[in-house]
Amino acid sequence: MAERERRLTPPRGGVFVPRVQVLSAEDVQRALVRIAHEIVERNHGLEDVVVIGLQTGGVPLAHRIGHVLEEVTGTNVAVGTLDVAFYRDDIGIRPVLPEATTEIPGDLAGQLVVLVDDVLFTGRTVRAALNALADYGRARSVQLAVMVDRGHRELPIRPDYVGKNMPTRIDEQVDVSLDGVVLGDVVPR
Amino acid sequence: MSDAPTDRGRHLLSVTDLGADGIAEVLAVSDAFAEVGRRAIPKVPALRGRTVVTLFAEESTRTRLSFETAARRLSADVLSFPTATSSVKKGESLRDTVETVAAMGVDAFVVRHPCAGAPAQVARWVDAAVVNAGDGWHEHPTQALLDCYTIRQVLAERSGRSLGDTGTECFSGLRVGIVGDIRHSRVARSLVGALAPLGAVVTLIAPGSLLPTSLEGWPVEAVTHDLDDVLGSLDVCYLLRLQLERGSGAFLPSVREYSAGYGLTARRAARLGDGALVMHPGPMNRGVEIADEVADLPGSVVLRQVANGVAVRMAVLFLLLGSGPGADPASLVSGAAGE
Repeated sequence: MAERERRLTPPRGGVFVPRVQVLSAEDVQRALVRIAHEIVERNHGLEDVVVIGLQTGGVPLAHRIGHVLEEVTGTNVAVGTLDVAFYRDDIGIRPVLPEATTEIPGDLAGQLVVLVDDVLFTGRTVRAALNALADYGRARSVQLAVMVDRGHRELPIRPDYVGKNMPTRIDEQVDVSLDGVVLGDVVPR
Repeated sequence: MSDAPTDRGRHLLSVTDLGADGIAEVLAVSDAFAEVGRRAIPKVPALRGRTVVTLFAEESTRTRLSFETAARRLSADVLSFPTATSSVKKGESLRDTVETVAAMGVDAFVVRHPCAGAPAQVARWVDAAVVNAGDGWHEHPTQALLDCYTIRQVLAERSGRSLGDTGTECFSGLRVGIVGDIRHSRVARSLVGALAPLGAVVTLIAPGSLLPTSLEGWPVEAVTHDLDDVLGSLDVCYLLRLQLERGSGAFLPSVREYSAGYGLTARRAARLGDGALVMHPGPMNRGVEIADEVADLPGSVVLRQVANGVAVRMAVLFLLLGSGPGADPASLVSGAAGE
């Protein structure tokens, strides 16, 4: 789960204690290469494709995917970032703060958007991201790529590209970075 | 009685409640809202279902419009309560007025009042968040915040850095001169209160009659009566409006004499340091504290101040209303994460 969520999960300021390394850095890289190939395959190329990473966890993954796509196809791929803080449905229920910048490359009208996030959990972040994207124009289609699908969905949302399906307990935490995927717990400080 | 009005994070009554960290947080969140303002649809659903009341016992169209625009861009509902023309005229006390409006279900009051301390009183009477939009000669915190935001924005652009990578270190050692009617200026009081904790070096420049009777508690570096003496050393020249309607004129031999000694004329502007910023909280008295041609100089960032006002006020409203009951009482200061 993104740094932000972990930081804000009550009780605030818990400490992430790693338990198991699930994927190594090489595994993550291989999964990203595969996802990039699947994106090319599914869309018959990269025409109109825009890769957008969700702040903050999805951003490094989105850049890596964009990089692989350019290597594979030899064409430039637009990569952007999106912070969904203002679109969350838990504003006023728990602390929500914008963490980082939103940079959408150009108008999204008619584009084919691939949203990238680190972990797919309840689906609420993706719901917020879909609403946010609509404010940047009517995309032709939106696809979702995640490194880990950990289940426990609360909304009818499913990913198009998955690095790893990983059943979890609801109180566990999944930490994703380019250095690997670690399963652990948040312990109150 | 609800919480004491000084509790941080629930209200914005004085800029000094924020401290350096709180100001840095407001500026950082303002960046996110400035991005919203640049979109084709400059509106986010963050405060949907919340109600913000602007209660202006003293008319100020630009400040009220700025707050109302900010609230609307956050999708909050906005009620405008110009007390100058409503039941207050019929003899209702401020307390009864406020409590009546609060009974309709209000999440935030934005209060402008000619009496210093009125917003703090309102904060004692209601459960809603209270934002001070200017009270008497006391404070105008959002003006100071948007001035700081503007300075930081311009300095970041010049250094070629993105705002996201810019903290508040650009204020360290920044030489700011505040010129004019300091005595009657809530803007000056808030601006000094914001700049000092950020590390800026503030000089007050005014005739003796327009300085406060005591400078105790004003964290300023120097006070001078001679604008020409310090002009060349300033990074920011902040001109205050001569508030003739508030009686500034009675403290001066004549407006012309003030203008001759403290107005930023074209001749004086030429002696400003390279890249020095000229700022003014508006509305400008062209020809009094600022010359026509100076107001339109490249160093003048007056219109940017206005544009940034909406983003900064969005940030303030969002931080006060969007952090939720689980938030740390000091969330506006220490960050919602409480770390």
